[in-house]
Amino acid sequence: MTKGKFGIHGGQFVPETLMNAINEFEEAYNKYKDDPEFVAELDTLMREYAGRPSLLYYAEKMTKDLGGAKIYLKREDLNHTGSHKLNNCLGQCLLAKKMGKTRVIAETGAGQHGVATATVAALLGLECEIFMGKEDTIRQALNVYRMKLLGAKVNAVETGTMTLKDAVNEAMREWTNRVSDTHYVLGSVMGPHPFPTVVRDFQSVIGKEIKSQMLEKEGRLPDVVMACVGGGSNAMGAFYEFIKDENVKLIGCEAAGLGADTPKTAATIATGTLGIFHGMKSYFCQNEYGQIAPVYSISAGLDYPGIGPEHANLADTGRASYVPVTDEEAVNAFEYLSRTEGIIPAIESAHAVAHCMKIAPTMDKDKIIVVNLSGRGDKDVAAIARYRGEDLHD
Amino acid sequence: MTDIKSAFQNGKAFIPFVTAGDPDLETTEKLLIEMSKNGADIIEIGIPFSDPIAEGVVIQEADLRSLSAGTTTDKIFDMVKRIRPQIDAALAVMTYMNPIFVYGTEKFMAKCQECGISAVIVPDTPYEEKHELTDYSGKYGIDVISLIAPTSHERIKMIAKEAEGFVYCVSSMGVTGVRSEITTDVGEMVRLVKSVKDIPCAIGFGISTPEQAKKMSESADGVIVGSAIVKIVAKYGKDCIKPVCDYVNSMKEAIS
Repeated sequence: MTKGKFGIHGGQFVPETLMNAINEFEEAYNKYKDDPEFVAELDTLMREYAGRPSLLYYAEKMTKDLGGAKIYLKREDLNHTGSHKLNNCLGQCLLAKKMGKTRVIAETGAGQHGVATATVAALLGLECEIFMGKEDTIRQALNVYRMKLLGAKVNAVETGTMTLKDAVNEAMREWTNRVSDTHYVLGSVMGPHPFPTVVRDFQSVIGKEIKSQMLEKEGRLPDVVMACVGGGSNAMGAFYEFIKDENVKLIGCEAAGLGADTPKTAATIATGTLGIFHGMKSYFCQNEYGQIAPVYSISAGLDYPGIGPEHANLADTGRASYVPVTDEEAVNAFEYLSRTEGIIPAIESAHAVAHCMKIAPTMDKDKIIVVNLSGRGDKDVAAIARYRGEDLHD
Repeated sequence: MTDIKSAFQNGKAFIPFVTAGDPDLETTEKLLIEMSKNGADIIEIGIPFSDPIAEGVVIQEADLRSLSAGTTTDKIFDMVKRIRPQIDAALAVMTYMNPIFVYGTEKFMAKCQECGISAVIVPDTPYEEKHELTDYSGKYGIDVISLIAPTSHERIKMIAKEAEGFVYCVSSMGVTGVRSEITTDVGEMVRLVKSVKDIPCAIGFGISTPEQAKKMSESADGVIVGSAIVKIVAKYGKDCIKPVCDYVNSMKEAIS
């Protein structure tokens, strides 16, 4: 009776206490996803509130500088709240409201999903509580204050590695504690079914827009679509529309931290093994006894020991490839894009920019790469300054 | 050496939980032997997990202490196998799906059988996913214990029909941990189970005092206590054997 499988991955590995809640969520999703009123309401919010469609921008200077493939940037950083996370939050919070829930909770790593959830909660009049690893509340202090401004309560999680994984643990624990009036707005294409499917669907607007914008601008599909991958929501959103277009190469860029061959890494496909955790069967960074590894990346949003089950399956089937990108490469790309195009990317998105910088020069000039620029980098400026040895604090 | 079924034939069953390797495996070894002598009918041995999402802070910290001390699944199995002849109580292991899956589910079940462990309790593996365990457990005679929760409602009968060993009735919302009050109608949960299957029901989550245990035992066949015991272990460390045994004794007495 397993549901929500992607190849061998996925499933619903959660405590019995939550089973009725996730079944109820699945039923609500199936009921509303094609409901004309719901679709119209979400569509209006996406246009009028989030600012969609986001631009597909031809990065001409970067293209000429790298001297190879033509590079387009999908500007999810221009969404309201500064990242792609809002797409999913609008969808899930609207659903939560339809389900009669009055309170939402969410985990956050870099704070982008927390900010997006707090934003939509404010808009729709929902009570909101965010769980964030204590380490991340320090790395992303600005986003913590932003969430508070938006009326959310922020809980600093002091267990485990005090990062994204622990924030998910704590949000799940809180959900088992108070499920009747509360919806857990999971922020990535991970966790138990139906979350990987629901989040993918709400994020798939990214790929749909890329496709139509690309057809309009170039009259053809791109050769490569690439995005950074932690849990994998912006990548899945960008990839999904192109899975059937087999000539479009899909590349996910994982956070390698200090290097995929060091213990200070979060590159799940490169270094992980099959496991069952956080509600899903997928790949995880872990030891031989199934203890989850304390992963590391400069990017709080990619600092996660697992990956969404649909990505794990795309990796198994070879439909998408996943590459590790180090802290140093990502910081270089962060600075490069700022200087070259006047766009400061989120350090998460900079992982994809870094890999683009590697492959674009090796490709012919008539090839086209789309990089999903999942978020803006204002939140990272202080951390990057510190990485470069400057004593700058938020 | 008792099995699950006969563990419920000595009046109401008292089922204590300990995290293996907290503070070290030598202490766990003594605890298993002595708790069995002092009224434990089934002992739940917790195999620590780095990210125990169904546990409250007391057992989370115990898992961390144990893992930091170098405890591994193999070391736990080795210890249990060695001392099994000295333990009268039935044994169950409680852990999460990942430590079992990564160990190799079939190998894990075979090891349980080899060590005289009768059942596994896996709180993050609900009815819909239990095949991950039952595909291998039957061959080695291991019961996969089903949990039902205050939110289970119409799912209870479906779960009970396929339940093995005993049914673990989760008395409270949320994670494991001591609670001052339990408001769930556990009697109703037990009635629903028994309406479809003649199987023992044990109540856990939140129980700490003899009074609570006595009250809970009136509606069920057994009482499970975890965090209250782990708290004693945390307080006394290696010297926890006597205080834990006194506690186990008082709990068994309260429900007898």
